[in-house]
Amino acid sequence: MIAIIDYGMGNLKSVFNAFKQVAPEADIKVTSNPTDIKKAHHVVFPGQGAMPDCIRELDERNLRFSVIEAAKTKPFLGICIGLQMLFNKSEEGNVDGLGLLEGTIKRFNNQNTADESGHKLKIPHMGWNEVSQTNHHPLWQNISNNDRFYFVHSYYLESNDKNIVSAETSYAQKFCCAIAKENIFAVQFHPEKSSIAGLQLIKNFVQWAV
Amino acid sequence: MSLAKRIIPCLDVTDGRVVKGINFLELKDAGDPVEVAKKYNEQGADELAFLDITASSDNRGLILHIIANVAKEVFIPLTVGGGVRTSEDVRNLLNAGADKVSINTSAIVNPDIVYQTSSRFGSQCIVVAIDAKLTVDKNKSFWQVFTHGGRNATGLDAVEWAAKMASLGAGELLITSMDRDGTKKGFDLELIQAISDKVDVPIIASGGVGDLQHLVDGIKKGGADAVLAASIFHFGEYTINEAKAFMKSNHIEIRQ
Repeated sequence: MIAIIDYGMGNLKSVFNAFKQVAPEADIKVTSNPTDIKKAHHVVFPGQGAMPDCIRELDERNLRFSVIEAAKTKPFLGICIGLQMLFNKSEEGNVDGLGLLEGTIKRFNNQNTADESGHKLKIPHMGWNEVSQTNHHPLWQNISNNDRFYFVHSYYLESNDKNIVSAETSYAQKFCCAIAKENIFAVQFHPEKSSIAGLQLIKNFVQWAV
Repeated sequence: MSLAKRIIPCLDVTDGRVVKGINFLELKDAGDPVEVAKKYNEQGADELAFLDITASSDNRGLILHIIANVAKEVFIPLTVGGGVRTSEDVRNLLNAGADKVSINTSAIVNPDIVYQTSSRFGSQCIVVAIDAKLTVDKNKSFWQVFTHGGRNATGLDAVEWAAKMASLGAGELLITSMDRDGTKKGFDLELIQAISDKVDVPIIASGGVGDLQHLVDGIKKGGADAVLAASIFHFGEYTINEAKAFMKSNHIEIRQ
């Protein structure tokens, strides 16, 4: 079973639809049941909204342990806030993350910052931006380097651990938009909303054996 | 290389069909929503906007059906608006498969809904739609906000209103010029630019697109982050691909 973790935050229907599209035969379940997460062979950790709310909702459903255990043991895909929560700390609400990885989630700064066309930098960073792959990973299979993916976020990851960086994107500054470490792969963009390239990444995840 | 400017075809939906009006009136049939959505997705649309203009409350549930069906086949962001009144309406649309919900009239009736829904579901999924019309009062002219599909004047200044909506948590603003909507004379660039300069969130320009140069102007002159159009695409005058090729030839970053 592929478990999509439901803790009350995010576009779970979109994530479910995208998995169903690439793996129509697979058993895909949107779930907040720890037993399902334990049984699943692949786990998806989506997230939208504000990180303090996401952490609170996760804890209210007693899912923190299940998420940490899955992230340590099986193919695990974090999406958007699902990437951000894996790290130590976020500037958003000054909240602690799950601490599985080293890094801080910071807000884009648009004070005196212009985009490439000279306009004021808009926040959130919203739309299709280029994803430049920085290492070879099974999840990048059949995806062209610098293909565009759909982003919508106001906070980004800053990490000193360069070994986990799997892709970067530019938005006034370069930032890490995908991380990979052992069985964990996590992306700041939304593969479920990124058309052909996004569906390919999800397909690669479904086929990923760690 | 950077963030691409977006092209968003807009599908006005009533009684299960896509329609298109002129100056908010005179509706013409433009097809089945799922088929139209698929066609635009294949042509390279960056997002899709659906506006539920169903007048009777009996048929309100129909939009949930349509969104659910579109979301199963089209994997790009879907924005849905029209008749959204409560937090519950937002939740139902998101559950059906919408990625963003646009709020218009009810934000005026109760501005707090923008704060409530953006706090609960995240700013990324709350779009505030503003219909504005140039209004000349005794001694000043300003863009006035209208509600109820352009029928009711509010007295509010659209630029100030836009700033207020962004401060309450709107993640994006959809700005429609009522003076231009359906006229094919191009966006009201001054309106778009005034709002784009004022707020930090992305702006979608809407109302009045008649040719591809208008799309370029909306971005280059108006400072919009995305351009929305309906009739030039619905009736086959231009494809999204043609629009993108033209924008690219004008040095606008687009997704190919």
